[in-house]
Amino acid sequence: MELQPGELEMIRNEVEAVLQRYGVERENLIPILQEVQNRLGYLPKEAMQQIAENMKIPEIDVYGVGTFYNQFRLNPPGKHQIKVCMGTACHMMGGHIILDSFERRLNIKEGETTPDREFSLERVACVGCCALAPVVVVDEKVESKVSPIRVDGILLTFEIEKQKSGEEKGQEEEGSGQ
Amino acid sequence: MKTAGPAIVETYQQLKREARKKFEALKEKPLVLVGTATCGRAAGALNVLAAFREEISRNQLDAGVREVGCMGHCYAEPMVIIYKPGFPPLCYGPVDEGTAGRLVVDFLINDDPCFEFAIAALEPNDFFPTFSDYPRGIYENKIILANCGLIDPEDIDHYLAHEGYEALAKVLTMDPAAVVAEIKSSKLRGRGGAGFPTGIKWETCRNTSGTPKYVICNADEGDPGAFMDRALLESNPHQVLEGLIIAAYAVGASQGYIYVRAEYPLAVTRVKTALEQARERGLLGESILGSDFSFDIKIFQGSGAFVCGEETALIASIEGSPGIPNHRPPFPATSGLRGKPTVINNVKTLSYVPHIIRKGAEWFRSIGTENSPGTAVFALAGKVNNTGLAEVPMGTTLRQLLYDVGNGIKNDKRFKAVQIGGPSGGCLPESALDIPIDFDSLQQAGAMMGSGGLVVLDEDDCMVEIARFFLDFTQKESCGKCTFCRLGTKQMLDILTEITRGRGRPEDIDLLWELAEDIKAGSLCGLGKTAPNPVLTTIRYFRDEYEAHIQEGRCPALMCKELITYYIVPEKCSKLCNVCIGSCPVEAIYTRPDMLKAIYLDKCVKCNSCMVACPPQYQAVIKISPPIVEDKGDQAHEQTSGNNR
Repeated sequence: MELQPGELEMIRNEVEAVLQRYGVERENLIPILQEVQNRLGYLPKEAMQQIAENMKIPEIDVYGVGTFYNQFRLNPPGKHQIKVCMGTACHMMGGHIILDSFERRLNIKEGETTPDREFSLERVACVGCCALAPVVVVDEKVESKVSPIRVDGILLTFEIEKQKSGEEKGQEEEGSGQ
Repeated sequence: MKTAGPAIVETYQQLKREARKKFEALKEKPLVLVGTATCGRAAGALNVLAAFREEISRNQLDAGVREVGCMGHCYAEPMVIIYKPGFPPLCYGPVDEGTAGRLVVDFLINDDPCFEFAIAALEPNDFFPTFSDYPRGIYENKIILANCGLIDPEDIDHYLAHEGYEALAKVLTMDPAAVVAEIKSSKLRGRGGAGFPTGIKWETCRNTSGTPKYVICNADEGDPGAFMDRALLESNPHQVLEGLIIAAYAVGASQGYIYVRAEYPLAVTRVKTALEQARERGLLGESILGSDFSFDIKIFQGSGAFVCGEETALIASIEGSPGIPNHRPPFPATSGLRGKPTVINNVKTLSYVPHIIRKGAEWFRSIGTENSPGTAVFALAGKVNNTGLAEVPMGTTLRQLLYDVGNGIKNDKRFKAVQIGGPSGGCLPESALDIPIDFDSLQQAGAMMGSGGLVVLDEDDCMVEIARFFLDFTQKESCGKCTFCRLGTKQMLDILTEITRGRGRPEDIDLLWELAEDIKAGSLCGLGKTAPNPVLTTIRYFRDEYEAHIQEGRCPALMCKELITYYIVPEKCSKLCNVCIGSCPVEAIYTRPDMLKAIYLDKCVKCNSCMVACPPQYQAVIKISPPIVEDKGDQAHEQTSGNNR
């Protein structure tokens, strides 16, 4: 993935800020990766190289940890993250139908991000809300008892919000132009 | 240091007296408790919380509002408990913003307790039944869940006011060896799944030389379908901390870790708060309660790898490596984190420890069965009416658990099986409902206690599909170290997928069985050793379903997408209603010239929306298996002799 101008510098600064707070012991590797991902949304190749260099461990070790754990992402996420729970209860209550619905509506497969980087779709093993299955985590909010119609509703809410903010932006621009 | 004994107890008593005073003062005026654990939040508890706060301030009432954890009655989330002087404490649910408004006006202002919204009272009284008046209450025996949902998890004084940290004060005056002996004599078995005796683990660690020693709380609850560790950490984090501190004292550890899943952000926050408060009160850190015992706890966030629930993988993960298990022995109790003796216990196991220390090993042994004493916490989910957490004595039967505690199967459907123990467990049929549940009897039936996740399946659930689901899970989560686990589960998954698509071969069942035996024998850790369990138990108990898929290309439960067709029965369809057309996300339903509705089979994505949408008086949408090959209108229906519903 190509980085945008200025992005590399931003990554370097953020990673540096994280590294400053931790020692170089190997045991800090996962917490460091977690915090870098918290700040950047994903683990860019450049960040992993920088971490390896700083901790004096082979790059492959950083990459190995980054790819072993499900939590780490190697690509930038969408503006809105949709996580469909695929726990047993959710699956038996129709979680796979919900995932299908999102895939169809967003026209991407799970693990992908829409081309406009608006939405990314992921599956999670279990969010521990089995009693309210099927469950979807949209950004940080847990939506319970989701149906295919609710999927349309969730996406429509974002659509409307986007339109609204677009209008506001438009108005602002108009205002500043005057 | 026994000389400091009386001083330690006095320091603790002082803390407790102050906490009691503070807690009792809360109840002198009306108090509203809103359950805001993750399950409550998913059901809208934060809106309810805001509604209560707003209504109370708008009416300028002198009433407290507090966030609490989960009581285990997840089917009734969001739940609210109201204490008002002069009334029994009442529990309401499910509460929405409207109900919240009414409760404030009618109850808090006007003294009408709104019994129509109430579930139960918390104390015996003359007006309203308590939880123990329901069948669920009769079977339930809450030990570690007792205070969940009743105390504020972010206020240490609430825990202190309920005998919290009393066990810690007690052990600090005891010889560590005596603490280990007490746990050993209680016969407490690890609640993480395998049921290894906790006392023996502690003793091994204590008797091994090597410093420093470590204790780790395993809160990497990865079993899909289990959420009791999350609920405990979110509802009563201090109980776990106290257990961990006692474990550290008993084995002589100076550093502890809590390994929590990153998927549980609220649990992490609440544990962090709990740690800070415990340090402030001198219950954690340097010379705890004035004794010469020092110990501290760090939180380590897992990163989403199921295999890290395994002890050696968990250690590898803390050390900064991929969570790949190692060969045991040496067991972590002799050589664990950084090669030092390490005790790893599950959240639930540690939660029992303070209770055992306070009430004695004998009390604990008096509950449950001979070889599995105590209670078991189950997470009821799936097609059962009262989903949630239930704590019952070991030895309760599955039937009691499902029909009395869980209040039966949803929508009066027929019970088919119960999936117990997550990916490591198995599916038990109706004939197994009367076995008493404990570590050993479940193992005999081919399943496993696991962490206690219990998913109820009804006649609409396909057993081949659920076996495929679990294999898919374990195959994705296999760390890849052992060939049998890495490739064997993949092979099994491929076979199962083919079967659910109607392309199975007659010899597949035997092949699955063979592969399962090999994977069990050839894998190093519990993940691989137990991965075939769901397949083995479904073949053992539901072989006919496998055969129907393979030989007849039909899914008896009407679940496997490739083997079903949605169909609208013309005789049942109303010409006047268009609900199904509106519900279809892909415009696959059309109106025929005679105004009846029909489905374009090539467009249908089998999302079930039309079936849900069709009004109950018609029920015109049905599923057919084996599927209709080509859309030939009415004739197609007559051709299919398969089962339909």
